Amino acid sequence: MKIAILKLRGILLTSIQDDLSDQDALDFQRDVLQKITDTEFNGLVIDITAMDVVDSFMARVINDTAIQAKMLGTRVILCGMQPAVALTLIEMGRELLGVETALNIDQAFNRLEMLINEQEV
Amino acid sequence: MSDTKCKSRDESGVVVTITEEWHVGKSQRAVKMLALSIGLSQVSIYSLATSVSELANNLFFHTNYGGTITLKVVRKNGRAGIEIAAADKGPGIADLDSAMLDSFTTNGGLGGGLPGVERLMDEFEIASQVGVGTWVVARKWGKCS
Ligand SMILES: Nc1ncnc2c1ncn2[C@@H]1O[C@H](COP(=O)(O)OP(=O)(O)O)[C@@H](O)[C@H]1O
Ligand SMILES: [Mg+2]
Repeated sequence: MKIAILKLRGILLTSIQDDLSDQDALDFQRDVLQKITDTEFNGLVIDITAMDVVDSFMARVINDTAIQAKMLGTRVILCGMQPAVALTLIEMGRELLGVETALNIDQAFNRLEMLINEQEV
Repeated sequence: MSDTKCKSRDESGVVVTITEEWHVGKSQRAVKMLALSIGLSQVSIYSLATSVSELANNLFFHTNYGGTITLKVVRKNGRAGIEIAAADKGPGIADLDSAMLDSFTTNGGLGGGLPGVERLMDEFEIASQVGVGTWVVARKWGKCS
């Protein structure tokens, strides 16, 4: 496994690095979904601060992971998208724009905890 | 703006042969360096790197023996830019119009690669002949300083 998946305050945190092979990306998707199925996590943060190239393949992997995690009842937030990457993504991976985003990991956690608390009330 | 610096001319290119997956990353690094060297904006650099990734992946996935990515600095009308040329002697594309659609893929892939490149770049040309190969040229222009 090339991408670490951390558990923090009941939330899964993953940081995607650059230079992943397609197989690494698919392994990542499988590992995240496996973790969500095994243990109940209320939230998933996908951090892409380190990514500068999000091609159609990566865009789809991230999007599919988010959709599947949602179907398993987990809230998903994508964070750390650099402005220049966002501009590229508008042309390349349009479907990604459906995933909720936050500026950084801190804001992503705040937002997720708010959403999860709302749910419990 | 000086004429000597910005006259129309081509410079020799960098050729990256794509036969294995890790060559895709290599071509990405090469285009980033070249784009940095002529001072393109960060958005242009990411657009170029993403386009190279799409074209190089197509060489790897849709042909049997791979192909080449040729990168070069081009200059025209006082502007500098980067040209990406992807060439292969693979199976070719039977229906180019369909291949340029966002949802089109022939190998259970994701589609959207070629049309994405066309949107990201300033100029885009594709030619292909079944049994002969495929050829894509795309350019991204900066400003001349
Ligand atoms: N170099 C190539 N040689 C042969 N066919 C290609 C090549 N590049 C693209 N194609 C064809 O064009 C289609 C669309 O390409 P693309 O938009 O990159 O989507 P994807 O690669 O996800 O299928 C491919 O499915 C393939 O059939
Ligand atoms: Mg493709």
